[in-house]
Amino acid sequence: MSKNPNIKKVVIIGSGPIIIGQAAEFDYAGTQACRAIREEGVEVVLINSNPATIMTDKQIADKVYIEPLTVETIKKVIIKEKPDSILPTLGGQNALNLAVELEESGFLKEHNVTMIGTSADTIRMAEDRELFKEAMERIYQPCAESEIAEDLDRALQVAERIGYPVVVRPAYTLGGSGGGIAYDREQLISIASLGLHRSRVHQVLIERCISGWKEIEYEVMRDKNGNCITVCNMENFDPVGVHTGDSIVVAPCQTLADKETQMLRSAALDIITELGVEGGCNVQFALNPNSFEYCVIEVNPRVSRSSALASKATGYPIAKVASKIALGYTLDEIPNAITKKTYACFEPTLDYCVVKIPKWPFDKFQNAKRLLGTQMKATGEVMGIAPTFEGALMKSVRCLEVNMMSLIDKNLKGLSDDAIGERLHVVDDRRLFVLAEALRRGFTAKEIHDITKIDLWFLDKLVSIVNVEKALASEELDRALLFRAKDYGFLDETISELSGKSIEEIRKLEDEWNIKPVYKMVDTCAAEFDAATPYYYSSYGSENESICQKDRKKVLVIGSGPIRIGQGIEFDFCSVHSVWALRDLGYETIIMNNNPETVSTDFDIADKLYFEPLTPEDVLHVVQLEKPDGAVVQFGGQTAIKLAGAIEKMGIPILGTSFDSIDAAEDRERFDAILNECEIPRAAGRTVFTCAEALAAANELGYPVLVRPSYVLGGQGMHIAYSDEDVIEDIGAINQIAQEHPILVDKYIMGTEVEVDAVCDGIDSVIPGIMQHIERAGVHSGDSISVYPAVDVSKEMQDIIVEYTRRLAKALKVKGLLNIQFIVKDNQVYVIEANPRSSRTVPYISKVTDIPIVPLAVGTFFGKTLPEMGYEYGLQPEKELIAIKMPVFSFEKLYGADVNLGPEMKSTGEVLGVARTFDEAMIKAFYGAGTHMIKKGRVIITVKNSDKQEVLPIARGLYELGWTIYATAGTSDFLNDNGIPTIRTNKIGAGKPDILDVILSGKIDLVINTPSKGVAHNRDGYLIRRNAVEAGIPCLTSLDTANAFLTCAQHVETTQLSVIDITTVSSFLNFI
Amino acid sequence: MKALLMLENGMTFEGTGFGYEHDVLCEVVFNSAMCGYTELLTDPSYAGQGVVMTFPLIGNYGICYDDAESTKPWLGAFIVRSVSGIASNFRCDVDLDTYLKQNKVPGMCGIDTRALTRVLRESGTMRGMISYGEAIDLAAMKKQIDAFVLKSYVPEVSDREGKVYGDGPIRVALADYGVKHNIIRCLVKRGCTVKCFPYDASMEEILAFSPDGVMLSNGPGDPQACVKSIEELKRLYNHGLPIFGICLGHQLMALAQGFDTYKLKYGHRGINHPVKDLEANRVYITSQNHGFVVNADTVDPAVADVSFVSMNDGSVEGLRYKNGRVFTVQFHPEASSGPLDTGFLFDKFIDLMGGSRI
Repeated sequence: MSKNPNIKKVVIIGSGPIIIGQAAEFDYAGTQACRAIREEGVEVVLINSNPATIMTDKQIADKVYIEPLTVETIKKVIIKEKPDSILPTLGGQNALNLAVELEESGFLKEHNVTMIGTSADTIRMAEDRELFKEAMERIYQPCAESEIAEDLDRALQVAERIGYPVVVRPAYTLGGSGGGIAYDREQLISIASLGLHRSRVHQVLIERCISGWKEIEYEVMRDKNGNCITVCNMENFDPVGVHTGDSIVVAPCQTLADKETQMLRSAALDIITELGVEGGCNVQFALNPNSFEYCVIEVNPRVSRSSALASKATGYPIAKVASKIALGYTLDEIPNAITKKTYACFEPTLDYCVVKIPKWPFDKFQNAKRLLGTQMKATGEVMGIAPTFEGALMKSVRCLEVNMMSLIDKNLKGLSDDAIGERLHVVDDRRLFVLAEALRRGFTAKEIHDITKIDLWFLDKLVSIVNVEKALASEELDRALLFRAKDYGFLDETISELSGKSIEEIRKLEDEWNIKPVYKMVDTCAAEFDAATPYYYSSYGSENESICQKDRKKVLVIGSGPIRIGQGIEFDFCSVHSVWALRDLGYETIIMNNNPETVSTDFDIADKLYFEPLTPEDVLHVVQLEKPDGAVVQFGGQTAIKLAGAIEKMGIPILGTSFDSIDAAEDRERFDAILNECEIPRAAGRTVFTCAEALAAANELGYPVLVRPSYVLGGQGMHIAYSDEDVIEDIGAINQIAQEHPILVDKYIMGTEVEVDAVCDGIDSVIPGIMQHIERAGVHSGDSISVYPAVDVSKEMQDIIVEYTRRLAKALKVKGLLNIQFIVKDNQVYVIEANPRSSRTVPYISKVTDIPIVPLAVGTFFGKTLPEMGYEYGLQPEKELIAIKMPVFSFEKLYGADVNLGPEMKSTGEVLGVARTFDEAMIKAFYGAGTHMIKKGRVIITVKNSDKQEVLPIARGLYELGWTIYATAGTSDFLNDNGIPTIRTNKIGAGKPDILDVILSGKIDLVINTPSKGVAHNRDGYLIRRNAVEAGIPCLTSLDTANAFLTCAQHVETTQLSVIDITTVSSFLNFI
Repeated sequence: MKALLMLENGMTFEGTGFGYEHDVLCEVVFNSAMCGYTELLTDPSYAGQGVVMTFPLIGNYGICYDDAESTKPWLGAFIVRSVSGIASNFRCDVDLDTYLKQNKVPGMCGIDTRALTRVLRESGTMRGMISYGEAIDLAAMKKQIDAFVLKSYVPEVSDREGKVYGDGPIRVALADYGVKHNIIRCLVKRGCTVKCFPYDASMEEILAFSPDGVMLSNGPGDPQACVKSIEELKRLYNHGLPIFGICLGHQLMALAQGFDTYKLKYGHRGINHPVKDLEANRVYITSQNHGFVVNADTVDPAVADVSFVSMNDGSVEGLRYKNGRVFTVQFHPEASSGPLDTGFLFDKFIDLMGGSRI
């Protein structure tokens, strides 16, 4: 064995908050890697600012620092922990950049820390455009003709030489942030300016545009002996031009003959060899569809979104193997975890087809441009596995949870053929459905190919699906047709809609003709070897491989599907912990989920994994086979909760809180009745179904009111309405999100928002802690800075909150988790809402209080009381620390999206700042969220009239610290009148330079802007905010956040930032 | 048309016919490659076999004649889960269905190929029969299968015309047991003139060409059936010419030296097979297609060393003979289909022949 005996303690850098381009895949890879390293007896020190991850659990690493991912933090941790090695390839681009900085500064050498896995030289060669180009030239690998530009003039010269269109790629940015395709000089000026600004090294690459070529990816592994293998190749449905993270991707490649396949495979191996990667590497190629011409697009010498997808698509655990390689093992020494007979030095072969579809956040951002290009916009992804491409595609469509069960988009029905023809030219998130509609209308695959350049093979598969739709609608439903429909992934409900037969009739025919799904194993080897991996997908075939044991009681856990705004990685954290807790109680665990990026879909988490869509029919098939003794829905977010009713109808008991209680909490009238009974006040409100009813309710309650749909997560479609016009606009927006549930209209109370997570056993509740939000009510809780413990809430109010929580838990008969949001105003506590399920805050509260919230909840399912499990009822003693959760946004990736905070959640991720004092914790949280804290700088302040009084102390505070304040007429006059000097700036369009010019000048450090209602006002504010975000300037839209910022600025130079190992919090003395 | 596959254990699989829909008896084997079916169809080593593709989507890029490994498809039958409705590739000459019809190769689709593969893995390679039509007599099929005797296809696939390829300075005599043309291309591109000799050519016939070295090709079936070839190889070995053997050629040379071969339960057929180069301590991914293998226990260490072993089952994947002139491999360094990782073995052969690399 060639394991390096000198490696005893390794620092692993995580990827930080979830943002677009960097999602849960790094938690999956990081968790797998930590486990792989620890099982070798090596100590793991983890640094990651993201508290919602599983990798930051004390079960996963020996030392866990939930600290801002900055060079300074890592230095402190290294000095404190004295590791011998650092592994930088598991935390995405961010971690690579940090590690290279540490290496270049000489710090690692000085502290005798070795970079393992992949060396700094390799990282530089892969990441630095010029070095990379040279490396590729050495081994005769073609890159698209390109040149680096460090200023705009150079960029323009290069483009002239190469010829438009050109692709602009900034160096050292994430997800292609700031890049794009420029078709002419004007466009290049705008894209390249932004790209130069975003790049850490102020470089952009101007490259020949090869859009329309096939985009092919290889996942490659290499060890120190030079052994190389490819894990998987993948082909993008969308040709080059759409970021691979925004493309529909299929594995393995479908349209390449062996000659093309081997040409690219050899190229990938040559590249990883030249770069000297030791571990995993992703290589992206563009292949001319009409020749053997190809070029290398990009190389990532680390685990990535693609490697996570490749791992899930093949069963080959890339992160695990990469970690073993980093420890010195070679591929021929690492056993294949799936077959247990063969080794990691082989190439997986698939006997099914995998389709990934991105999950986009456009439902959250009505204004954002939906166009897809080189800038990634998706927040997550789903994967479908089937023996047919059609089946895999249809499965992943329904995994998206966008009310689409097939390729039939009813919204397109009303468009004319010409309009559909025009839509074919638009590359956006809805293109797949437009393609299918065009085929239905009689466009030929060839015509569509000429417009879209999508390979005819893929289009032919859409033709097959559309033909089945047509046959179902027009032909007799015989066995062959029904089989084909099921094989191609049609749900019974879709077959019913098309054929006019009832679902019951269809199910009867399926029984009669024995058309039932069987479950096949993902085994890395196409059944060549006997494998024991419990990783299954459904297929229509003749042999079922999922053998159900009957000796042990078993529980089905429903996962949370794709990562999206409002339902993020936190729910995967809870699902995984529930699986572990169930396993510890002796149950067989079965998980169903469809997100390839997550830990929960790793094949060794549950006893069995069904990688399937989460619709009632898909669940029914698994239930019919497995006959579980119970199902768990309270950890999988709204995705799982929505299935509770259907699962109960299948005769499977919902463990913990019943479906009836879930409904009682969601149903306005039932919930009001419970609140009345418990004598708990809430803001007055009404349930309505129509716009007219909404207007009547709003006028009766008095403006402002909150308008929102029921049964959604993340405040989707929630608005604050100040007038009848607002209500009309808001109801219109809600109706676009196809709702069969009623709409809620509530009186808006502007107070302090407080949140509680409780565990309830049916008798009483344990409350691990009370969290207070920095932003006042009206800003979605997921977008608020949340502070534990609640520092500004009086003991008296806290007692009331605890009392209300215990009463509500009893009344709702909660067994398991309960999340309640309160408003405190004028010494009154109101309930906003109660959700009898896991919440976004469970992971971080579990970690900072060291209370195993999820395992306790699972214990209650089986009749254990909380005292029996060691916890007294009521509020738990506070820890002597402050933990501040700060939201992180991805606005710069979403052109057009408004960045102002409101009742609808917009953040994609979060970071935690943990410290002994409030100021230190807040400064850490700001750093973690990527805000560079400075004592003084230049700020633009423009606020609406009603906020002027309130902004005064903030402006004064900043001025006293030495900040230069820029403001437009109204705010400027007001501040000057109050003795605060400002630099007066023109409003937009009122003469150059105007406020946008100031923003883009590069001199501004902060923008404080509060949005006003009203179209015209808001347009200016919107432009200010958008430009600030696109220029990379922090933009605060809530004065509460601005206040917090001021506090930090006041203390940043006098506060020493410590580093805290979160696994030691249990030793932090309690206040009491 | 309806099609039915029956295995010698009586198991049946129902599906749909495509290609040339005529009843056929064959030895049923599976291949786990995800692409490269053109090469596979035209690889003479598959002569007479019914090949099951474990990858379910076949025919996607049609047939490119340039990718053919011989003049026509040789296999007995082609069994897949589904055949692509469209052939999409800029080089495509004809679609799979038409190609099989034109070349009289029976095809069958619409079956659970994974289930069939698992049967072959557990019970081993079996004889089988595919029948087409509505009225199929199962008992008659079973009888035919039981009566079916596997034969050697080497005489059929070996080239008797003595074709010559290339015009380079290095002269290679190729013993053609059913050669894949990429072996010839690999030699020609390295500066060889390659002349094909039939499987039963005598040492004298070969020497008359005054070759710098001898290439022993791949080929179908049981090596022990090639009695004449083994005899000639014994003599050729002693003559001292550089010899490079691939697949069947490797097995025949082993038999010529008195080592033994045996049949694997279900063979190695795919393009993802790891082999370890024991000397260099390196692992390569190789293309493989063999049902028989050299028995390691019978390799006389005075005569040869095992140079490569399979990482999957430890079986012999290469031999290096002590005379320093002869080396053979069980896998396919010429790839086609499959990884190009071991192409360097041709360079080694050129070096042995005293040639210089081009």
